[in-house]
Amino acid sequence: MYAALVLCMCISCKSTSLAVYFCEQIEHTLSPQGILGNCSKMADEVEQQTTTNTVEEPLDLIRLSLDERIYVKMRNDRELRGRLNAYDQHLNMILGDVEETVTTVEIDEETYEEIYKSTKRNIPMLFVRGDGVVLVAPPLRVG
Amino acid sequence: MCISVLQLFYSFFKSLVGKDVVVELKNDLSICGTLHSVDQYLNIKLTDISVTDPEKYPHMLSVKNCFIRGSVVRYVQLPADEVDTQLLQDAARKEALQQKQ
Repeated sequence: MYAALVLCMCISCKSTSLAVYFCEQIEHTLSPQGILGNCSKMADEVEQQTTTNTVEEPLDLIRLSLDERIYVKMRNDRELRGRLNAYDQHLNMILGDVEETVTTVEIDEETYEEIYKSTKRNIPMLFVRGDGVVLVAPPLRVG
Repeated sequence: MCISVLQLFYSFFKSLVGKDVVVELKNDLSICGTLHSVDQYLNIKLTDISVTDPEKYPHMLSVKNCFIRGSVVRYVQLPADEVDTQLLQDAARKEALQQKQ
């Protein structure tokens, strides 16, 4: 039987309290649900380990790309290529050494042909808000 | 062991308070200023602002400070030397694992 001394904070009122929890195994995770319930209940369930390196969901694929160069497609015909330094579940990201490409279509009044133009710029370090992100992928290999 | 509310970027921006940043909004306006404060929604307060892109959009000559709703931000350009990439990457890994549980 192991005892864990835990400092808890209520998310809404920010009050803190110290609590002692007893667990059967030393590697138990104290999930928020577990804290509210009785910790001895967790001893009966099979708990996930705190660290898992298996790829289970799409966000795990992004985790594999940390510190790698990635390609990000965004809304409004924008694309980014940069080194992924951080991300979260909203797909907010911090990219380093980024190149942004903005693509516009101009329509010639006389010939009515579509002219595609793209504008690029470089930014050393960029925070990208997740609600503009459409696609995340490894950089596209040309040729 | 401690419980943390998932707030990687909130903590990250708090560490950048006092630094100069350029906030690009979804309406294509770019505002340069000093980061004064940030909140959990990533709303931003900037002081001593100036509009970066030449004559592109409203001239806010008389505006010194502003509050920007987080949802209208497209990018925030940061000084690269103020950012510890190794720390960020480790924090992102931890945050991703906590999010799964």
